[in-house]
Amino acid sequence: MIRRYLRLLGVQLRSSSLLILQYRGDFLLEGLVSLFWTVTALAPLFVVYRGRESVAGWSFGEALLVVGWFTLLQGVLEGAITPSLNGVVDHIRKGTLDFVLLKPADAQFLVSTTRFLPWRATNVLSGVGLFVYAFHLLDRGPSIPGLFASVVLLGSSTLLLYSMWILTVSAAFFVVRVDNLTYFFQSIFDAARWPSAVFKGTLSFIFTFIIPLALMTTFPAEAMLGRLSLKSLLAAVGGSLAFAFVSRRVWLRSIGHYTSASS
Amino acid sequence: MSLRNAARAFPTMLRIGFSEALAYRAELLIWVVSTTMPLIMMALWTAVARDAPVGRYGTQGFVGYFLATFVVRQLTGSWAAWQINFEVRQGTLAMRLLRPISPLWAYAAENLGAMPMRLLVAVPVALLSVAAVGRAAVPQTAWGWPVLLLAIFGGWLITFLANVAIGTMVFFMESSQKLMDVWLVLFFVFSGYMYPVELFPPVLRAVADWLPFRYQIGLPVEVMTGAHGLAETLGLLARQWMWIFLLGVFSFTLWRRGVRRFAAYGG
Repeated sequence: MIRRYLRLLGVQLRSSSLLILQYRGDFLLEGLVSLFWTVTALAPLFVVYRGRESVAGWSFGEALLVVGWFTLLQGVLEGAITPSLNGVVDHIRKGTLDFVLLKPADAQFLVSTTRFLPWRATNVLSGVGLFVYAFHLLDRGPSIPGLFASVVLLGSSTLLLYSMWILTVSAAFFVVRVDNLTYFFQSIFDAARWPSAVFKGTLSFIFTFIIPLALMTTFPAEAMLGRLSLKSLLAAVGGSLAFAFVSRRVWLRSIGHYTSASS
Repeated sequence: MSLRNAARAFPTMLRIGFSEALAYRAELLIWVVSTTMPLIMMALWTAVARDAPVGRYGTQGFVGYFLATFVVRQLTGSWAAWQINFEVRQGTLAMRLLRPISPLWAYAAENLGAMPMRLLVAVPVALLSVAAVGRAAVPQTAWGWPVLLLAIFGGWLITFLANVAIGTMVFFMESSQKLMDVWLVLFFVFSGYMYPVELFPPVLRAVADWLPFRYQIGLPVEVMTGAHGLAETLGLLARQWMWIFLLGVFSFTLWRRGVRRFAAYGG
């Protein structure tokens, strides 16, 4: 069973990379655009920290780590998660999801692996660049156990992002004409650019428990600084697993709700 | 086709735009939720201002500023670029071109027709702002109100015309989506959407003053929160309408040349 799915993944990856290779010129352009994004995205950070040392207990260098994680995860999101799931929204609109559902493999697996945009890897590189620069500013190195923890958190954050996307896509089964679901999701994710300590009250509650943005960027940054407790780490991993479980249930229900366009 | 024809048909087109907005209300709602960035920025900046005010903005000042930003963004939205992009690639633009009125009027009517629905969101937020900040949230002078309306309308015009110009580029490139992304990044940085432009370092501020972006959001918001005196406001308003004129000439010329290149794919 697992071997079959691994082979399927290989086939899907190969076909999407062949698709990408058709447009080699795009690779350079996309890289440039993504670099441009990263640089301009820093503008508010510079404006916020103009003339002050720290905001909500985060110094400029530390906040830069959060931005680094944001950039890196954005690369993961836009490179591996968004492209194929955008296809689902298209399928639902046109009623062609039938062709996917008929195939003898799990539908969620099939729709999640159809397309990858490898050039978004440039985002991951700029994220790593930001880490290096941030630690240079902080004039210290990352904590070694913290680095391991942050790698674990990278996994759980990716799982969280993916599950949130599945939930958003499931909404497409119930609402007509949702071409802009991607923008909706990206604009929510955008709040993860800032250390979660700046959000107070209702927003803080929402971003910790309902849309767990704090877990995605603030926790890994804290782990790198070596001040994330083991309890928080476990909570993050557990939380992301629970989230994945819920999104899977919701997906299955939505599929049940789906009536094809031709029927 | 004459301007008189268009003027006669425009009320009907507005009604169609309103019906569409009503029919696709879920889409409109999603769009509203995806413009919550000002609320995020409000949380951030009030956290920054908690220790000491930034410039002339204290905690209250930022609440007023960003709620006004939210309102202005609702009222100046345009999605013509996506529409043109989509219709050119699908070939459905051919249908619009058959009609005796330029499709640009239809795009404008669709945007403006959604206004009543958008006011449903914007007005409560404006009232909330008055409740939270008091009278400072809305213009306090008699001239402030008409100027605010003019500035918001101007902001929409700039957004719409820029959308047309960028959307029209699809006639010359395969897709204008990337170009729109670049415009949006510059918009976010320079429009005053994420922070008042006056918090910029002086050099960048001078740049922002001459770019069109701050006249989409920043100027109406500043008029709403009463940031400038009459003379300064009129000066900024003049720059806004200069941009409207420039963008108008540019995008209509571009559109006319572009349509000539249009061949309905798959039509």
